[in-house]
Amino acid sequence: MRIETPQQLTRLRKDCLARFNRHPQKIHVCCGPGCLANGAQKVSDELKKVIKKKRLKGFSVDALKETGCHGFCEQGPLVVVEPAGTFYTRVKVKDVEEIIDKTIRRKEVLERLLFTDPQTGEKIENYRDIPFYARQQRIALRNIGQISQCDIDEYIAVDGYQALAKALKKMSPQDVIDEVTTSGLRGRGGAGFPAGRKWSTCARADDSPHYVICNGDEGDPGAFMDRAIMEGDPHSVIEGMIIAAYAVGAHEGYIYVREEYPLAVVNLQKAIEQAHEYGLLGDGILSSDFSFDVHVSRGGGAFVCGESSALMKSIAGEVGEPRAKYVRSVLKGLHDKPTVLNNVESYANVPVIIDKGGKWFSAIGTKKSTGAKAFSLVGKVRNTGLIEVPMGTTLREIIYDIGGGIQNDRPFKAVQTGGPSGGCLPESKLDLPVDFDTLTEAGSMMGSGGMIVLDDHTCVVDLAKYFLAFLVDESCGKCVPCREGLYQLYGLAVAISEGRGTEADLDKMEKLSDTIVISSLCGLGKSGPNPFLSTIRYFRDEYLAHIRDKKCPAGVCRELIRYEVDPQKCDGCMACITACAQNAITGKKKEVHTIDQDACDKCGACLAVCKRDAILVL
Amino acid sequence: MVSLTINGRVVQANKGEMLLSVTRREGIDIPALCHHDAVEPFGACRLCMVEITKAEWDGWTNYVAACLYPVEDGLIVQTHSSKVNELRRTVLDLLLARCPNSPEIRQLAAEYGVTQTAYEEIPDADNCILCGLCTRVCERLGFKAISTVGRGHDKVVAPPLKEAPPDCVGCLSCAQVCPTNVIQYEDEGNKRTIWNKSFELIACKECGKQTITRDFAEALSSQRNIPEDYFELCDECHRRELSVKMGSIVSWSREAAS
Repeated sequence: MRIETPQQLTRLRKDCLARFNRHPQKIHVCCGPGCLANGAQKVSDELKKVIKKKRLKGFSVDALKETGCHGFCEQGPLVVVEPAGTFYTRVKVKDVEEIIDKTIRRKEVLERLLFTDPQTGEKIENYRDIPFYARQQRIALRNIGQISQCDIDEYIAVDGYQALAKALKKMSPQDVIDEVTTSGLRGRGGAGFPAGRKWSTCARADDSPHYVICNGDEGDPGAFMDRAIMEGDPHSVIEGMIIAAYAVGAHEGYIYVREEYPLAVVNLQKAIEQAHEYGLLGDGILSSDFSFDVHVSRGGGAFVCGESSALMKSIAGEVGEPRAKYVRSVLKGLHDKPTVLNNVESYANVPVIIDKGGKWFSAIGTKKSTGAKAFSLVGKVRNTGLIEVPMGTTLREIIYDIGGGIQNDRPFKAVQTGGPSGGCLPESKLDLPVDFDTLTEAGSMMGSGGMIVLDDHTCVVDLAKYFLAFLVDESCGKCVPCREGLYQLYGLAVAISEGRGTEADLDKMEKLSDTIVISSLCGLGKSGPNPFLSTIRYFRDEYLAHIRDKKCPAGVCRELIRYEVDPQKCDGCMACITACAQNAITGKKKEVHTIDQDACDKCGACLAVCKRDAILVL
Repeated sequence: MVSLTINGRVVQANKGEMLLSVTRREGIDIPALCHHDAVEPFGACRLCMVEITKAEWDGWTNYVAACLYPVEDGLIVQTHSSKVNELRRTVLDLLLARCPNSPEIRQLAAEYGVTQTAYEEIPDADNCILCGLCTRVCERLGFKAISTVGRGHDKVVAPPLKEAPPDCVGCLSCAQVCPTNVIQYEDEGNKRTIWNKSFELIACKECGKQTITRDFAEALSSQRNIPEDYFELCDECHRRELSVKMGSIVSWSREAAS
């Protein structure tokens, strides 16, 4: 069925909404990657089976929605019963029958599946009252968890494609650009370039054709914001892209999705097909004279292809290597033609901006960083998951109020933001508002929204080593400072972590970092030394402990630690003896065990199994 | 035309021209190992980094690769400031760690005061600096027989699957542009070997001297529409043939005039 006019779309929306709300109760099963990994699909299949079997009045399998990532991955698999918002955590197949019998049939709440607030110890029924959700403001993530993953009718029911109709019917391309400029939307991929200015430059460029590209090559370790959007609400990205294409005069677009996201590719392709069927993509969209089509382009697994110029080369079928951008890609991008490239989250924000107005959007967040930003909150924080908060929210609010603090009440050490190219911020920076400029000033960056929380068991030298190894591996190898410089920097970090480093090495590393930052060709190299620079800035003492005292204060760097048994605490349970793969621990039952230092390979297995805290890391 | 200042001297340049070609015309020596006039600038070696500023930048400076930076009116360029030299020194130091045995790199590094690398030398290093000139020249000639393979520190120049490259015609362009003389080949009798592939060399019909490979001749005649028998003669014999022809034309026209 093709939608010919905006009026038809409005009528369709009414139908879709009626269908969407047909059931007095709905069950949402989170089918985001975290919940799926914990068995959400089995739970959902069982729910379908039980619903069919029980033949409830006013309730059918249509009332079951497999949604995108609900965000609270820590507690998955998640099942939400709407409209009450009853929030069930860690649901198993065996819970299903009871959910249907009690919660659906009798509107009773299953206490044992509810979330317990770790601060108050109270059970919370409605997820909207849980601090993790209550403090969020979801704009880009507005529909995820609320509608089925890949259903255009449900997207239309929640006002989807209304912004497109508004843009095509009531606004000129310049009006759209003005609205986006007013909103103050800055690129969510990390650089934070004002989207309105980018679109305006592209729209004015003489050369043709113009292209729009969506960067879905989300490669930062621990980041999954864009994945959640592409899988859970692909239509919001497509709608944003169509609006952008209309604004800049493009008729062709590409969504570049990283190789590791097969479900995102499938869902985007499904969504593109659905949009074609409805005539929202293709020729003469909504009876206007505007035509636009979008293709999905799969990456080949290279992190550097998230860099815009390398991404464009990869789409064109060439080796994904960046080029110097003294002439910007907005003027000479894909096939050397004017190209607007934004990331997934940026496009997902666009329909809301057109719908509610740029002023509405700019009132959220801070003056220079407007709107909200999605983060994947991971690491040693209690509530790991996907969140979206207004810009300007402090790190402390994110980590302690939303994140619920550090796991096992350990001390907070640092938070790594911005992925491998970002940096570590210590406790003293926790009250900084999270926005583009503040984090950069503090020596880190917002990046695309990865946020890794570290506790006192994390060694910063080890952390720098990890990220440098990642970057050495992912450098494209085109320019010398990045290819050779990061390799040498990594080697020096390894030497320090193994107790072979000197203080002169630190100077050497700082000088080398300076050259890499200044003379690398692209952003990967220019920000490559950040894992070292930000940790040395805030944790120099820890580096010096490795160098002068040959000690790793966090007890991580294998060459500098040894495990010993605390004779006061060891009760001779033999758990560590069983766990040790090197047979390095000896002792009899109910007698204090001992570790043979020569045989020990410092894997930490004994530490992990000891229930008495009797393994000391020295 | 645009007007810019390089090392305190005002010079004129064509709009759209790259900074490196202007400095070269002005006789300023800036090292650039990945640059060759036959191919598009690439910006990989980063040795041609220079310091730029403008009067209206309020003292703010930037460092750019001259080979890729299009000249602008009012640009103020320093090609050998102390910071620029320091950057070059570090990059050369890194290259020296990669190719400790390359005479070309040793010499260039020594010019910038680096005789021994401060970094860990790469074990089993060859002299390839991955400037990509060989692969780009090959592509420019339309063969694309070799390419860079892999990424980062493990990147190498290689034919597909590291086997004898099916599209190679044995033209030697890759070996000739290599700044560190890594690409080896052998000419023996009427046989040339490069990239583990053997080629027949054409012997000049007149003097018997070896000219180019049969594959290259065939490729050129089909690519550029040159008669196939053109390659039967070496360049020298071609010239001799031409001069004989010219001579006969001259004597013919003299006869006609008298």
